[in-house]
Amino acid sequence: MSTSQTTVVVTGMGATTPLGGDLPSTWSALLAGKSGVRKLDWENVDELPVRFAATLEVDPSEVMPKQALRRLDRCQAIALIAAKEAWANAGLKPRTKKGYEEDAEGFEIADGDRLGVVVSTGIGGLHSALTSYEVEKEKGWTRVSPFTVPMLMPNGSAGHVGIEYGAMAGSHGMVSACASSAEAVGYAIDMIRNGRADVVICGGTEACIHPLQMASFGAMRAMSTRNDEPERASRPYDKNRDGFVLGEGSAVMILESEEHARARGATIHGIAAGCGYSGDAYDIVLPDPTGTGQAKAMRRALDNARLKPEDIVHVNAHATSTPAGDVAELASIKAALGPEVSSKLLVTGTKSMTGHLLGGAGALESVFTILALREGLVPPTANLEDIDDEVDLDIVHGEPRPLPDGPLAALNNSFGFGGHNVSVVFQRWVD
Amino acid sequence: MAQATEQQILDGLAEIIDEIVGIDKDEVTPEKNFIDDLDIDSLSMVEIAVAAQDKFGVEIPDDELRNLKTVKDVINFVQNLQA
Repeated sequence: MSTSQTTVVVTGMGATTPLGGDLPSTWSALLAGKSGVRKLDWENVDELPVRFAATLEVDPSEVMPKQALRRLDRCQAIALIAAKEAWANAGLKPRTKKGYEEDAEGFEIADGDRLGVVVSTGIGGLHSALTSYEVEKEKGWTRVSPFTVPMLMPNGSAGHVGIEYGAMAGSHGMVSACASSAEAVGYAIDMIRNGRADVVICGGTEACIHPLQMASFGAMRAMSTRNDEPERASRPYDKNRDGFVLGEGSAVMILESEEHARARGATIHGIAAGCGYSGDAYDIVLPDPTGTGQAKAMRRALDNARLKPEDIVHVNAHATSTPAGDVAELASIKAALGPEVSSKLLVTGTKSMTGHLLGGAGALESVFTILALREGLVPPTANLEDIDDEVDLDIVHGEPRPLPDGPLAALNNSFGFGGHNVSVVFQRWVD
Repeated sequence: MAQATEQQILDGLAEIIDEIVGIDKDEVTPEKNFIDDLDIDSLSMVEIAVAAQDKFGVEIPDDELRNLKTVKDVINFVQNLQA
């Protein structure tokens, strides 16, 4: 149960993804069912088992000065890009670490002690770590970038966002593999509910599309090897799915207490109603096949949000396009919400278009869930051509589907290696 | 690099600083203090020093780097070693 009645609202959102350099372009591509998956053009790519990934539509070098990028890992750079969009979207005054831009418009958070940050990543600065190691081997330690440590540490993105916006309530980075940034949303809700902050910048980021990842996820046999048709490789719930597709990107939200948001006249996009967690305590990579842990997370999320199963009309599923995972999650949903509610749900798997952002996935799909409720439109699951016989819930595919009016709620599921199950509940804002 | 003039060292250093921290070359003048005037942090100074060593063919030990507070300090240091 939640410890306080404080309502936490979403007032800003931003993202840079394989579908677009910002959230509006990402959302419209998502509704259109476009794929962000592309062939990789690396040297020696032919030696790898997987030769495609969902790479960013807009490279950070197009929007950030090269000097800033020298000291930021790619995952940190894109977290700052998404945070900047979310900050502006929330009507907050532009600022850098030097302070607020004097002539700019927007609300100024006067007390940095009331502003928090929770930005997660699952992997962290893999590119930076490996690049520096290459330099060390070739040229010796004196040529290693002195920024290597802050670039590779997984809390680096949270640190940079906190510095940029003067957030002094606390700056955190939850690490739980593919559930990392769902957990970030949950932690941010708690920071506001327990009175530590009025406003929290929260989200996730990942940018680890590197030969090592293609090799190591490939070695696990976890990824799709549909090398001849990359854009059709991520196909949750389809009979011919054969694994996940690695993606990169970042999504960031501004969460705020309702009181604070109303007092400054902010536009409210939705309610971050609650979050539920469980640990499978089963296997380091395989989900518990009974789905007990996943169902617990969903039920705990509802309890935390003080909602009932019948309030839920939509689920943005974890749905990574692995043969076992997709259908197991549907069973968990039925166990958590009951057969009656489950039969009416609109379920979607947006990783079919964005690929799997690992530690960025929970935040990105939270943003999609908020937009689905706000716009009354559930994005389709792409590449769903031949539905698996074991799929017995209503999977949105082909076209987006409308949601009814009213104060509806939706779940966003994220499950991570290690047995981390996190479910976040969002509710439509009806003023 | 052969014996460089003060202007050559200044230009070379300004180029490095622009490349690494993005400060306009015109800002880099002899009297400027790296920390107080140019707002360059200690880790960036390490990068700048390594690049300066390569460019001017001199060794800047860590102990010396701490004493190089202004642009002029670096120019003098490089000139003394090249002399």
